[in-house]
Amino acid sequence: MLEMIIISSVKVIVVVVAVLTCCAWSTWLERKVVAYMQHRMGPTLAGPFGLLQPIADALKLIFKEDLVPKSVEKVTFALAPIISFVPAILTFAVVPFAADFEFFGYQVTGIISDLNIGVLFVFAVTSLGIYGIVLAGWSSGSKYSLMGALRATAQMISYEVGYGLSIIGVILVANTLSMKELVEMQGSDSIWFFQNWFVFKQPLGFLLFLTCAVAETNRCPFDMAEAESELVAGYHTEYSSMRFSMFFISEYANMLAVSAVGATLFFGGWQGPLLPSVLWLLLKMFLFMFFYIWLRGTLPRFRYDQLMNFGWKVLFPLALLNTMITAAFVMID
Amino acid sequence: MSLEQKELTLNMGPQHPSTHGVLRVIVTLDGERVVKAVPVIGYLHTGIEKTMESKLYYKALPCTDRMDYLAPMSNNLGYCLAVEKLMEIEVPEKVKWARVCLAELTRIKSHLVWLGTHALDLGAMSMLLFTFRDREMIVDVYEACGGQRMMTSYIRIGGLSHELPPDFEKKVRRVIKEIPAKLNDYEDLLTKNEIFINRTRNVAVISAEDAINYGLSGPMLRGSGVKHDLRKANPYSGYENFDFEVPVGKKGDAYDRYLLRLEEIRQSLRIIEQALDGMPEGPYRAHVPGVVLPPKEDVLYKMESLIFHFKIITEGFKSPKGAVYQGIESPKGELGFYISSDGSNKPNRIRVRPPSFVNLASLPKLTEGGLFSDVVCAIGSIDIVLGEVDR
Repeated sequence: MLEMIIISSVKVIVVVVAVLTCCAWSTWLERKVVAYMQHRMGPTLAGPFGLLQPIADALKLIFKEDLVPKSVEKVTFALAPIISFVPAILTFAVVPFAADFEFFGYQVTGIISDLNIGVLFVFAVTSLGIYGIVLAGWSSGSKYSLMGALRATAQMISYEVGYGLSIIGVILVANTLSMKELVEMQGSDSIWFFQNWFVFKQPLGFLLFLTCAVAETNRCPFDMAEAESELVAGYHTEYSSMRFSMFFISEYANMLAVSAVGATLFFGGWQGPLLPSVLWLLLKMFLFMFFYIWLRGTLPRFRYDQLMNFGWKVLFPLALLNTMITAAFVMID
Repeated sequence: MSLEQKELTLNMGPQHPSTHGVLRVIVTLDGERVVKAVPVIGYLHTGIEKTMESKLYYKALPCTDRMDYLAPMSNNLGYCLAVEKLMEIEVPEKVKWARVCLAELTRIKSHLVWLGTHALDLGAMSMLLFTFRDREMIVDVYEACGGQRMMTSYIRIGGLSHELPPDFEKKVRRVIKEIPAKLNDYEDLLTKNEIFINRTRNVAVISAEDAINYGLSGPMLRGSGVKHDLRKANPYSGYENFDFEVPVGKKGDAYDRYLLRLEEIRQSLRIIEQALDGMPEGPYRAHVPGVVLPPKEDVLYKMESLIFHFKIITEGFKSPKGAVYQGIESPKGELGFYISSDGSNKPNRIRVRPPSFVNLASLPKLTEGGLFSDVVCAIGSIDIVLGEVDR
């Protein structure tokens, strides 16, 4: 029993530290990639290739004064960044990060908790993150923040449905909700190691998931809630110092989380030949992250009403259609 | 029982990321829908007109650079043409062609900055970097000409401040060669982009009739389908010698104005090419002793030139009594200089008709019934420079 607790605790610490590290360096990645897309160099001064930039940023933010305007509701204002931050990290509890392996004689599973309703847990937890944004906007006592929060609410309502429906296809095909089993089903020993990936069985589902995931993480072109050219900084206008950086980190943690979920559901998670399994997952996550950054470097922002239209009139019916077709196929089989 | 509904008054600016400087807009919102948007100006008032009145004609010139700092050459040109009209100076042919060339380069430069900032307002961040990179070529031409990159003051009363640099043609040819490819890149990113079209189509619409009634000019007017361009309607500086089209829009929305400005860049390239090909030889300044500064080379070796130089710099020249108005087609619209003279060596009254100022007045009309995001789009598509609005 004690053994199990220790192993689990170690795994939790390792995963959380790994996620936070990835968050930090995905900011570096974003700055570098966007910079090269825009014919700039990006960070170059802190360390080789600017690799120490995230540390410099973090130090700067920590030493900044923590300003709290008079008009805010203090408790909610303080809670909001945490509410936004924690769920993003929680997702990784059910994401299988590696194949089972042996460690100093102990058999270790490559997942923190093999929940039998893992997929549901993921969607429950990621939806919670938006409350942080909404509460931050409401409690700030600023009109720009308020509008950011309103937009976030509308966006959440429009996209949560499509997001949930987009993966039902996968669940129908796989007939399981456990993330671990999902990954194991997608493995293959043949030279076509990717033949069982669900992305080939659920192409439409994958596209829908990808689109909704961008909206879910409030990223460009769906970054309505913070739209800097309209709402200054949207819901986190009044935040400064570490509280601000909590939002910042949680945005990246959310991106990593949906990347990990996407990789697990559609691209076989850690499955892959030759390389260690953890690296395969990281590689697939990296591709997702790159896609996000690419979007940001290319696309303008949606308008509020167009975004709702797109959510309800395009994504939602398509997701329903995808679900029905998949269900029909599963029944015939 | 129903909840009380109130309109939200939002103060946008003067410090705001997308009001292009220190414009302040008081927006009354019903949810996200705009009930009213009223621009408040004056935060960048520097008294340029008054300052110009206290200076000799020559020394007032640098003030014009500071109005529309994105298109300094156009402002120089407008002011110089007005003074030349007042003094009845005829400039050499070469100067006219060089001025046309520079003014059109300025148009391209101004439109590139507009494109970058407008796209940035709509969330397409990369465009800003791209257009600023390409604008650099034109700024290099400026630097080669007058030594300054932004506040050029290169076009002077009666001519130019220096001879055109030896590599002028090479540098401008480079612009002509490279800009079309870059324009195609921009078009790939925006013109057919569904999101961009959605954001700009049928947004910030103004009808031809309203556009005329508001006194709009430049792309704002032509975007609504009114084919009015001072370069054609009332040619100045030899524009009648050039072959170019005046593009017009149909609907008068932000997307039309976007296409129109891109087309204007292409037409400007045509004009520049013609100006380069046909540039005549000749002096770079008119020979009007006592009014136009003699060339620097003469000042060093000729007694009379030195005396005139000294006199013009210290006490200027006396202008005949009367008033003139000279309008030019600046990148943003009709830029007019009205100079009234009482016969002294300083202008009695200078009044500038800035296109941005007049165009900005249409903002409440443009944003009527739109969404909050459309306000940003409308401000961007008017293409304002606050230095010019407030003067």
